[in-house]
Amino acid sequence: MTVASLRRLERPVDRTSWVAMGLAACFLAAFFASVAIGAVSLSLGDVMNALAARFSSAPQAPAEALNEAVVWDLRLARVLTAVIVGASLATCGAAMQGLFGNPLADPGIVGVSSGASLGAIMVVVLQISTFGMWTLPVGAFLAGTGTTFIIYALARPGQEGSDNSRLLLVGIAVNAIGGAFAGFLTYLATAEQLQSLTFWSMGSLASAKWITVGISAPLTIVGIGLLYHWARPLDLLALGERQARHLGVDVKILRRKLILVTALLVAAAVSFNGTIGFVGLVVPHLFRLMIGPAHRLLIPFSAAGGALLVMLADLAARTLDPPSEIPIGVIMGSLGGPFFLWMIYRSRRFGITPT
Amino acid sequence: MIEIRNVTVTVGERNLLHDVSTTCEQGSLTALVGPNGAGKSTLLAVVAGDRQCDRGTVRLLDKEVSRYSVRELAQIRSVFPQGSMIRFGYTVEEVVTMGRAFRDLPPDGDGDAVLDAMISTEVEHMAFRNAQTLSGGEQARTTFARVVVQATPVVLLDEPTAALDLRHQERVLTRARALARAGATVVAVLHDLNLAAAYADKVVLLDDGRVAADGEPWEVLTQELIERVYRQEVRVLEHPVRGCPVILTT
Repeated sequence: MTVASLRRLERPVDRTSWVAMGLAACFLAAFFASVAIGAVSLSLGDVMNALAARFSSAPQAPAEALNEAVVWDLRLARVLTAVIVGASLATCGAAMQGLFGNPLADPGIVGVSSGASLGAIMVVVLQISTFGMWTLPVGAFLAGTGTTFIIYALARPGQEGSDNSRLLLVGIAVNAIGGAFAGFLTYLATAEQLQSLTFWSMGSLASAKWITVGISAPLTIVGIGLLYHWARPLDLLALGERQARHLGVDVKILRRKLILVTALLVAAAVSFNGTIGFVGLVVPHLFRLMIGPAHRLLIPFSAAGGALLVMLADLAARTLDPPSEIPIGVIMGSLGGPFFLWMIYRSRRFGITPT
Repeated sequence: MIEIRNVTVTVGERNLLHDVSTTCEQGSLTALVGPNGAGKSTLLAVVAGDRQCDRGTVRLLDKEVSRYSVRELAQIRSVFPQGSMIRFGYTVEEVVTMGRAFRDLPPDGDGDAVLDAMISTEVEHMAFRNAQTLSGGEQARTTFARVVVQATPVVLLDEPTAALDLRHQERVLTRARALARAGATVVAVLHDLNLAAAYADKVVLLDDGRVAADGEPWEVLTQELIERVYRQEVRVLEHPVRGCPVILTT
């Protein structure tokens, strides 16, 4: 079994580096386009100058100062928010799909998104204002992580039933209760409150500010780093919990850590920007078709791909119907859905199983 | 070495295992046989550390199995499970390599070990195929290759030959016996008494959660014992080539 026999295995062509280059090119293009395009459209040169202007003390013409303000104060924070939200949701989707061994799992599977929605609805309808302007995101964050905690505590996976199906069933039950409560509050809401709820439930990055970027960026970097660190045990979970344990994965502890990190990441993304569906479900799926299921590649590719998708969706959201903004969830579904269908169709034609 | 002492497993009112004791020596292959529901897989699960016994002890390499961490257990025992399946489209080679994922061995030996295991189970020609598209027998061979790659001193096989054709049944058990000869302690749950007779150094016959007989193939696989435990008439002949017992139903 030496080099001679190794040569007998003809490896198929590895497309990973091509996918990586394509993704990097699209990412950069979308990033600069998002900064350049909007109510005030800028050329690539304007963007570069405006970006550099912040680091130099040379005197500026009034037009240049305006460009700098647009780029730095309006667009950049928003683009970075799109990157943070997209990367968080997509990597959490990949992690939850790995944990539950189900390509249909999405980051909200353990109740974070629906919990956060309920929190937001409570804040709006019950007119809670404990934390001033921060009440809505704080309420959504607490309700989101709290819901996950309740589901986990009730299911107690790893105790007797010792598997994920219990977690899913308890999740469905708790989500139903929360959904009913949210529905009741929505029923009580005034017309004005309903409008702001609709906005939240379909997602928008309009509230992006440097302070929110500053809060969520470190959290996101640490969280995605941890998910990447758990890439190998996530791979082994594909064999099922029992076999993963045979191979050295402490499934109970891994599950607890994955759920905690996912809840924090998703809650952070969702609380500021509303629920943005589709990203966490579809992005990992697409990359599994392109580069295979191994999480060491899947997690970074999903991070970049999720960021790209949300940047593009936000760009469309704020430029298609100026001066008003289309909710990002609408864009995501109407553009992402057909694209996803096309991917499924294409993969079947090439004989690749979509999972 | 595996020491099983007075192991009892109870579910509700029913004893799945009742006061089971036996010892599997290092360097030997032990076959666990018995009718459906006799407790073979339960015993294997207790030895593997998958399930706790209500009474009794299981010691792997002179330490109680429950005192090992998950990671430590992966260093000393590998398990071929019943009904293995894989989610997502990992390739056969990736699946086999998973056997080494948390094994504290120098990683530069992984490639050769994986290739060697794939060649010996004859799956190397499908190394880059999606493991989900394999047939049941091909999947079982892939799983067996993964067990071989884990290279542990204790090897537990739960019906490793159930899905295999004649040739691969013999190949898998030949390899399992070779692992034993190289110093491993191998335990295999087998349904085919003739395979057990041909390959096992020792046969443990379970009947309704109890050890009905425990010894060399000629001692355990007798007409009287088999007829009593399986409630099926049989004749026991001598294998013309191997010299081991051959069991024929009548």
